[in-house]
Amino acid sequence: MFYRETGQFKTSYAADQQIFPIRQDRVGVALLLVFAYLVVPVIADQYWFSAILIPFLIFSLAALGLNILTGYAGQLSLGSAAFMAVGAFGAYNFMLRIPDMPVIPAFILGGLCAAAVGILFGLPSLRIKGFYLAVATLAAQFFVIWALTKFGWFSNYSSSGVITAQQIYLFGVFAVDTPAKKYLLTLFVVSVMALMAKNLVRSNTGRAWMAVRDMDVAAEVIGYPLMKTKLLAFAVSSFYCGVAGALSAYCFLGTVEPDYFTLDLSFKILFMIIIGGVGSILGSFLGAGFIVLLPIFLNITLHPLFGLLGIDISTAVVSNLELMVFGGLIIFFLAVEPHGLARLWQIGKEKLRIWPFPH
Amino acid sequence: MQFFFEVTIGGLLSGVMYSLVALGFVLIYKASGVFNFAQGAMVYFAALTFAGIVDAGMPLYVAFVLSLVVMTILGILTERIVLRPLVNQPQITLFMATIGLTFFIEGLAQIFWGATTRRIDLGIQDEPIPWLLDQYNIVVSTFDLTAAALAGVLVAALAAFFQYTRIGRALRAVADDHQAAMSIGIPLQHIWAIIWGVAGFVALVAGMLWGARNGAQFALTFVALKALPVLILGGFTSVPGAIVGGLIIGASEKLAEVYIGPMVGGGIENWFPYVLALLFLLVRPEGLFGERHIDRV
Repeated sequence: MFYRETGQFKTSYAADQQIFPIRQDRVGVALLLVFAYLVVPVIADQYWFSAILIPFLIFSLAALGLNILTGYAGQLSLGSAAFMAVGAFGAYNFMLRIPDMPVIPAFILGGLCAAAVGILFGLPSLRIKGFYLAVATLAAQFFVIWALTKFGWFSNYSSSGVITAQQIYLFGVFAVDTPAKKYLLTLFVVSVMALMAKNLVRSNTGRAWMAVRDMDVAAEVIGYPLMKTKLLAFAVSSFYCGVAGALSAYCFLGTVEPDYFTLDLSFKILFMIIIGGVGSILGSFLGAGFIVLLPIFLNITLHPLFGLLGIDISTAVVSNLELMVFGGLIIFFLAVEPHGLARLWQIGKEKLRIWPFPH
Repeated sequence: MQFFFEVTIGGLLSGVMYSLVALGFVLIYKASGVFNFAQGAMVYFAALTFAGIVDAGMPLYVAFVLSLVVMTILGILTERIVLRPLVNQPQITLFMATIGLTFFIEGLAQIFWGATTRRIDLGIQDEPIPWLLDQYNIVVSTFDLTAAALAGVLVAALAAFFQYTRIGRALRAVADDHQAAMSIGIPLQHIWAIIWGVAGFVALVAGMLWGARNGAQFALTFVALKALPVLILGGFTSVPGAIVGGLIIGASEKLAEVYIGPMVGGGIENWFPYVLALLFLLVRPEGLFGERHIDRV
């Protein structure tokens, strides 16, 4: 009844091609952005910023990057965390070695470093595909972390490769020091890059990626250059992951060591896009939200639950139970809705459109 | 030269262990097209179960039989609960499900048996073979050699099982072509349950040997990751590939660590197998023994 495009006529090509063709969607997104930019900084407290909102945004960005590569271009990757690490350490070194380096260009340069590494490790994708490629990207994962730990130059010769993010200033004057300011900076970067991604995937580039994903031989036959398309996907994806890594160093963690960006983190990001929805921008956000909130939720619920049953359990058991529930939920999710949360959202929208009728 | 031989032999013997883990991957991938990431967790679970039962005062063979029962049940349950609802899903979905399974099994193992490292004593001496030491001054551990022999027996037994039994024939038929196998009346689901059981058995053997070498500890799950470059080197669908790949990876990573490592600061064992496998793939994308893939539009 409320969610219906009846009566919304399009009179120009621009109106026909806009990102959200339905007015209700536009209003919804606008409201969400207003809420995120104006209301959240006022109502959220320190815990919400640093434990939920900032990690959620950063992981959304990383998931977005992986989704471009896996969901749109069809190249499975297990090395996202490595590209995040390159971004983080790249941005750190630019800030460190160039005096008065502005922060946003440093993030972009860090992202470009990640993109370069991404292209390098994307080269095998020209010859191999599927799980062979996934295992090949593991090479990136282990090699990058090893190099960052081994060569002191990357971490300015600090012990065991730990870097401490410098204090950042926007335009040289505004210090980004409180969680609320860090949140706003992260939100700004993420929303701009999400918009870019949304536009990118519905452009010629995005269509080329999807053609390669659906059948690369056919894509080549109709004239998409495979090499350029695949490497571009690797570059853009790694760029997104790299910026996410830089953000996590400067706005989330503060001090970072290479070992933070482990294979487990790569898997987490992969989980996000699987649970959120492969090949969906919205899905990246939904999946990131799910994976960030689930451990917190389990932590809050498991203790009282066992307290209720009168069983006293140790923290070790709880953390193991968390592992089990996490794994079990993922299996359950895949069995029930293999296309992810984004698909559920779509089904919901369809239902809303035809409501109150069943068909 | 003698040092070179010693490193190579040590590498080959540790490669046998990688082969054992890779074997579990290959069996399941061949039969059901599932890339079972949980194989490493299964090895860990098997090692802990075995060590736990031995610690409870059981003799070795009872512990072996009991763990075998546990692993078979785990394998069959996995097939029933995790994979059956996911039939006909894309491979990446199945792969993700097995990553979920990895978390589940790791949690389960530690709740049951605790996270502490347990020692496994199989009663095999871990000493250099005196004859080789005297004659050529090369250190080769008896334990490693026994492990390699055990692995050889295991592979031979599996090969015989596949070649000469009724179930083995059915397994090969399923691996070849699911639909054709179904159409001539082979019960696909039973076969999958059996193959998961066999993978559990292989995991148990690998877990016992690894556990006896390094203790049954969480690090086993990371060691199992080394089976992945073995797989891409040998090909996902080839049992001989898993063996040869394991030997190559084992020997080359030790040689690289010793000869190239000092030039770049050491610790290259962690990524060298992957880079080696990657370079190899550039030449032969389907691995050493993998099936050649032909694209058709």
